[in-house]
Amino acid sequence: MSFENELEKGQFYLPECISCKKWVWPPSEFCDRCNGKTSLKKEEFEGKIIEFSKQNDNYFCIVEFYDSIRIIANMTTCPKKDQIVKILKCGINDGGYFFHII
Amino acid sequence: MSEVGIIAYGASPFTKEDHKIESMLHKSTNDLFKKNPDINKNEIDAVLVSTNNNSKYLSPVLSEMAGIKPKIAHSIESLCNSGTNSIVSAFSYISSGLADMVLVTGAERYDSPGQILEWDNSRGEFKHPIFWASIFSKSYKREYGISDEQLAIVSVKNHKQAKENPNALSKKTYTVEDVMNSKKLTDDLRLLNCSRPCTGSASILLASKEVAEKYTDMPIWITGIGQKTTSAGFTKNTSLTSMESTAIAGQSALKMSNRNISEIDVAEVHDAFSVCEPMILESLGFTNPGEGVNMAQKLHEENNFMVNPRGGLIGSGHPLGATGISQTIEIVQQLQKTAENRQTNNPKTGLVHNMSAAATSSTVLVLEK
Repeated sequence: MSFENELEKGQFYLPECISCKKWVWPPSEFCDRCNGKTSLKKEEFEGKIIEFSKQNDNYFCIVEFYDSIRIIANMTTCPKKDQIVKILKCGINDGGYFFHII
Repeated sequence: MSEVGIIAYGASPFTKEDHKIESMLHKSTNDLFKKNPDINKNEIDAVLVSTNNNSKYLSPVLSEMAGIKPKIAHSIESLCNSGTNSIVSAFSYISSGLADMVLVTGAERYDSPGQILEWDNSRGEFKHPIFWASIFSKSYKREYGISDEQLAIVSVKNHKQAKENPNALSKKTYTVEDVMNSKKLTDDLRLLNCSRPCTGSASILLASKEVAEKYTDMPIWITGIGQKTTSAGFTKNTSLTSMESTAIAGQSALKMSNRNISEIDVAEVHDAFSVCEPMILESLGFTNPGEGVNMAQKLHEENNFMVNPRGGLIGSGHPLGATGISQTIEIVQQLQKTAENRQTNNPKTGLVHNMSAAATSSTVLVLEK
């Protein structure tokens, strides 16, 4: 079960180190702290909007999970700084990730 | 550790023209040798090529085209700070004794693959640099109560200064209103807030003290080097209003040169976007957090070319692999007092700041007469 296989199916599962329990980002099969193996946590993760801007009708936001993992995600409604959000839709398109939040 | 000096340079104009990367590498290298006909090519121990171009074996190719048979020949790629990374490698070869004279040539085409870091999937669909620049701009404005009009002054200043640089891409001056009315890329970024990718090349020749003094009575010494890489991905930046890698690299370079920031008379800094210049000035310690825009505005009002005299990336254009070398040449010219209409007032110590991928990696050089 790899992060990208799950992301392709529209699932956003975060990798955690089996040994030291660190959240590992960018996704990897190995922990960047203790070099142990990682496994995906199957949860519905809540993130916090750190910053955002807007292009045309779409907002792009830096979203932080567990005070450490940050992604840039698309949002169609007006965000607020520190707003708590969830992944609405995600996947891989032409080899690149995409994330939509609500 | 032996001293390392810059003894010669060459450059091409920065344009939007379509030239092969090999031709561009040869162009500035040829310019260097034409300006310095006494250089004995047989004394060149290493040829380093700085580029993000995907063509292969470029250093041996350049060596053959330029009539050099070096011991050491290879390319160096590190996105936008490939140029100063190459200079640091050249410095290391010379100071270690592996080489006495090293040619560094950087070149890029307008369509460089180095403009977008495809690996950085944390950016989702927003991999183009305009998105990290927009986030930095929004955060910086929010933190310090800065307006879009205040940030626009950086672009106005640097386009004005580029007009005095015969190799710059930009040939026009702009007003704050022009910047504000230029194409809106995002809510926080206008077209004239951006540096533009272009085609260009730049070359410098570095040498040990013994060799440098044989060729010139005006060598410019590299007295300080600082480098720091905090990550590769933009979203790993802990601050969106300052640049950690720049602060650390700057401190290291100043410490090595036994200088403090108040002794820097002239600086080239990596203004990939308007917001970068104040963030860099603050991170290097030229001014306090939130006051970088005021510093840029004051310099502009006083027509003081101390920061980005060649017009920075915004005015000069940004051919990635050539940028750090072009910045270094500008500081060499400033210290040698050959910068003509861009000349600042009797500078003795200069600084080069070159960075990559939203300030995840920075290189700082201190240069002195």
